Amino acid sequence: MIALEHYLFLGAIIFTLGVLGIFLNKKNLIIILMSIELILLSVNINFIAFSAYINDISGQIFAMLTLTVAAAEAAIGLAILVVFFRNLGSIEVNKINQLKG
Amino acid sequence: MLNNIYNIFFIPEIFLACSSFVCLLFGLFLKKNAFRQTSNLAVFVLLLTILLVYYDSESNFANYKSLFSHSSFINFFKILALLGSIASIIISKDYFLGIKLKNFEIPVLFLFSTLGMMLMIASNNLMSMYLAIELQSLSLYVAAAIKRDSISSAESGVKYFILGALSSGILLYGFSLIYGFTGSMNFNEISFYLSKYDNLNLGLIFGLVFVMVGLAFKVSAVPFHMWTPDVYEGAPNSITGFFAIVPKIAAVALIYRFCLVPFENFYLEWSQIILFLSIASMFLGAIAAIAQSNIKRLLAYSSIGHIGYILIALVAANDDGIKAASIYMFSYMIMNVAIFAILLSLKVKNEYLINISDLKGLSKSNPIVSLSISIIMLSMAGIPPFIGFFGKFYVFIAAIEQELYVLSVLGVLASVISAFYYLRIIKIMYFDEGKSEGIINFQISFQSKIILFLSLFLIICFIFYPSLLINISASLTI
Repeated sequence: MIALEHYLFLGAIIFTLGVLGIFLNKKNLIIILMSIELILLSVNINFIAFSAYINDISGQIFAMLTLTVAAAEAAIGLAILVVFFRNLGSIEVNKINQLKG
Repeated sequence: MLNNIYNIFFIPEIFLACSSFVCLLFGLFLKKNAFRQTSNLAVFVLLLTILLVYYDSESNFANYKSLFSHSSFINFFKILALLGSIASIIISKDYFLGIKLKNFEIPVLFLFSTLGMMLMIASNNLMSMYLAIELQSLSLYVAAAIKRDSISSAESGVKYFILGALSSGILLYGFSLIYGFTGSMNFNEISFYLSKYDNLNLGLIFGLVFVMVGLAFKVSAVPFHMWTPDVYEGAPNSITGFFAIVPKIAAVALIYRFCLVPFENFYLEWSQIILFLSIASMFLGAIAAIAQSNIKRLLAYSSIGHIGYILIALVAANDDGIKAASIYMFSYMIMNVAIFAILLSLKVKNEYLINISDLKGLSKSNPIVSLSISIIMLSMAGIPPFIGFFGKFYVFIAAIEQELYVLSVLGVLASVISAFYYLRIIKIMYFDEGKSEGIINFQISFQSKIILFLSLFLIICFIFYPSLLINISASLTI
């Protein structure tokens, strides 16, 4: 029997992987985009697990909306990436250093 | 009630959504002057939306009650966001034409993000809140990277996108926890559910912290401010103006509503987070700005500092706090409109002004402009009799009313430190030797001149008739 905690644990692991993917990755911007998708998907697991557990439909509706937003976000992310690549000829993360903070 | 189906178009948000699409089509089919015409149409649409918000009766909104809410606080902030958006479209028009960035999509993007902000302010449900935040930020990511041939604009777009998407993800994870542990997405239902308990369980505390982190990213409170200076510096000046003026209004209203509606009974839990964010933002905003030579980075740190003061009013969490926040937000918007109206018209050797040191000797070549900049800077530093003083004054009154003495003393200290860099700009303009004759020129269009004049008028003359705004903001309910 898979209980709610298992789903939540899975969600938490995927979420952590996504966040670590953004911070530890030094090479490629595409990996960052994939990590962002991972974060959103982990949230979907949470929503659907909770929704089934408390017998409430709105969590599943939210998961659908999150999927849509994730698609839009990926589209915009790739578009910005293309602009960046055209200017620098590279998508390495450590090239993002023109603006000093 | 909705007797007639066409009445639906008089709901401000639906009107703005439909007219944004009309603007998009309008710009697409124009052959000449598409940018200028679309901007004018966008300003007109936003003006109509203000009228609709002002006359919007509660009955129109009742059908959406579970997703959106309706109150005087919401209407005030909606009108503020719309006014800021109008002002920033008008003042940025000539700048865009000057740098030959004539994509008609820019005003349309501004319209969509303004729509997202209106929905953010009004949202009363985790679902509508998330979708509104995304609508607003997706438009702004594109706006930051709109200058496609510039490395810095592309880089600011990438940075803004990555950190913004990360913050939305964290926010969303918090939402999922709150939903799971309360069983509802509606703010009022969450509040009702939580009112049965004395303290939050672990899952809800995690959820609350995650959501606070996400919202702190959106208002750019320290320690989640990293993107602000870089995005401000890299984006074209007029886009920076929009970033500085408008999204902060919506994000501040959202963080207020999120803390005070669903979690109203758990003041102790969230106020600690906000307290830390507020102190850190005030001091980092004040200290980091000292070393800046780029005026846009300086304004970024100054806006981080201002957010700190607004969060003090949230920690106070009383009626005075709401009043103080609305006065502060109003003054923040006015001051930023004024400074960006000037920055977007100042040229140094045919380049738009970026370095603070280029302001040397401006007082001799252009006394009126340098006087205006001085007034704005004094107002931002919170020196009476200008409008910025009243914002800070009411914030500290709200904090003292709630017996937050340490916080108010820290706030005043940070305010003194931040006065240094505001006054340094005045010193550079008036006392540093340098030739600006013929190097700096100030060209401003008639419309921006009106905006600049109005905002300077409000900054200077607010003291003569403060009761108007103060009475309005005292009557706001969340």
